Amino acid sequence: MAKTVLMKGNEALAEAAIQAGCRHYFGYPITPQTEIGAYLAKRMPEVGGVFLQAESEIAAIHMVYGASCAGKRAMTSSSSPGISLKSEGLSYLAGSDLPAFVVNVQRAGPGLGGIQPAQADYFQATRGGGHGDFRNIVLAPASVQEMASLTLRGFDLADRYNMTAMILTDGTIGQMMEQVTLESAEPTAFEKPWALTGTRCEREKHVITSLYLAPDELEQKNLSRFARYARVQRAETMVETYGMEDAEICLVAYGIAARVSKNAVAAARASGIRAGLIRPITLWPFPAEALANAAEHVRQFLSVELSMGQMIQDIELAIRCRRPVSLVSRVGGMIPTPEQVLLAIERVARGEAI
Amino acid sequence: MIVATRPHALTTAPTHYCPGCTHGIIHRLVAEAIDALGIEGRTIGIAPVGCSVLAYNYFNLDMTVAAHGRAPAVATGLKRANPESIVFAYQGDGDLASIGMAEAVHAAARNENITVIFVNNAIYGMTGGQMAPTSLPGQVTQTSPAGRDELLCGFPVKVCEMLAQLDGPEYIARVAANSVKNVLSAKKAIEKAFRNQVEGRGFSLVEVLSSCPTNWGMTPGDALGWMDSTMIPYYPLGVYKDRSAKEAD
Repeated sequence: MAKTVLMKGNEALAEAAIQAGCRHYFGYPITPQTEIGAYLAKRMPEVGGVFLQAESEIAAIHMVYGASCAGKRAMTSSSSPGISLKSEGLSYLAGSDLPAFVVNVQRAGPGLGGIQPAQADYFQATRGGGHGDFRNIVLAPASVQEMASLTLRGFDLADRYNMTAMILTDGTIGQMMEQVTLESAEPTAFEKPWALTGTRCEREKHVITSLYLAPDELEQKNLSRFARYARVQRAETMVETYGMEDAEICLVAYGIAARVSKNAVAAARASGIRAGLIRPITLWPFPAEALANAAEHVRQFLSVELSMGQMIQDIELAIRCRRPVSLVSRVGGMIPTPEQVLLAIERVARGEAI
Repeated sequence: MIVATRPHALTTAPTHYCPGCTHGIIHRLVAEAIDALGIEGRTIGIAPVGCSVLAYNYFNLDMTVAAHGRAPAVATGLKRANPESIVFAYQGDGDLASIGMAEAVHAAARNENITVIFVNNAIYGMTGGQMAPTSLPGQVTQTSPAGRDELLCGFPVKVCEMLAQLDGPEYIARVAANSVKNVLSAKKAIEKAFRNQVEGRGFSLVEVLSSCPTNWGMTPGDALGWMDSTMIPYYPLGVYKDRSAKEAD
């Protein structure tokens, strides 16, 4: 039965993890994701689950590795500096083809940076975020509702494709309160015949490793992993479009930047400017096809990001640089107002540079 | 009459260890403990990064490999996810006492119900003989060519002495694999470290002093002698903490 409540984004995500059947949370405190740990510290014991505050972000992700080896749904959450520490574990999870669910409630960087919202970890998230060739499925919620729904989806995707699913959000989405409808459906069951459950002295042993000393064998592992990634790209790309039927100016934005951009697009259209929005819901796989199709009729693209310009490179790649792409951004924890974005739309509508 | 057989928990694969290395003996002691307790079917091992990274080839057990130093964290995840399983981490001195110190200390502090076999041969073996956190004062290694200088590199880390200060752990002991007498003591300690987990007592760590003739630049025989003359005096053998023995007093 579904129930509708008012919740913070981080708490909605945490409750959705419970609904997804996750009973193993390992984390280390960091702002602005603290509500996730606080919520699960109370909630996990109620459902017979494990909440464990680890000694570091590094230990937390390796505890996730261990629980995932045992065939259980496991998660960790952190914010930008903590995700850098987890990058070692992300690489080992990928190299061992283990499912995991990881949350990055981004803050401004680099270094210690600040604790205000940012989207500056786009490269880190969408390129894998650790050494070696690998990808994570990266989901970018733009509302408290999506914090919940994409968490449910993320656990399923991780188990379906034996890889890490990451929620890439920011301090605004994480900490704002909105109405959210929580579904209480039975979590999807996945067979995990590879899990380390003990041989019972009845079967061959299972070994989970990312070590392959023979280069031809390791090459094959990489090739088969990327064949799986190609299936993810074909089947799991998610995107929302708004006002794109006749758009000449196309904004591309995700997360909180998409919320701001949607308001700006509505205002532009009210004043007769044919603007539209493409909102990637999955950042990897990136909705390249939607962008390429839009380039047929769009004159100018605007990448609205809380970074110095990271997603803009994926936009240029997707449209093969056939149209100009400009950056509209605030950084350091600042968020553009809809008026600031509207101003950018109006300038390009007049043919001026931003 | 059969005097000795291969423990069932060991595979028949020939090990890649150097001649004179005591990893083979320690693997056997672990397998004998698993056989003795009848826990092979529910035991899960974690290999480290280091010479024993391929340990999964030698045990008839479900196994994984942790990132360098992270085995106690991986063990924590495995054990918390499936408390019925018996989980052990097999780690070297660089793995446990340097890069993985935080994971080892905090698993001990939590009294995580796992078993850690800590093999201390006072050197980084797999990478070719660099100075370890446990290399002895004056010990010549690739990265301390004039001998370990305490003023420059600090002092060796005495893991058992340190962990025994914590309230958390159940059992902390140091043994050596260099003589029949010491190997028999090691066998008892390792079996106890596994039995403690079966009985739900908590964190048990056995430090096993080991030899590395290749990187020490010694014959296997001389290496075992050096353990007696130099290593054991610095790292005294014995039980550093044993909560169940204390309770029995």
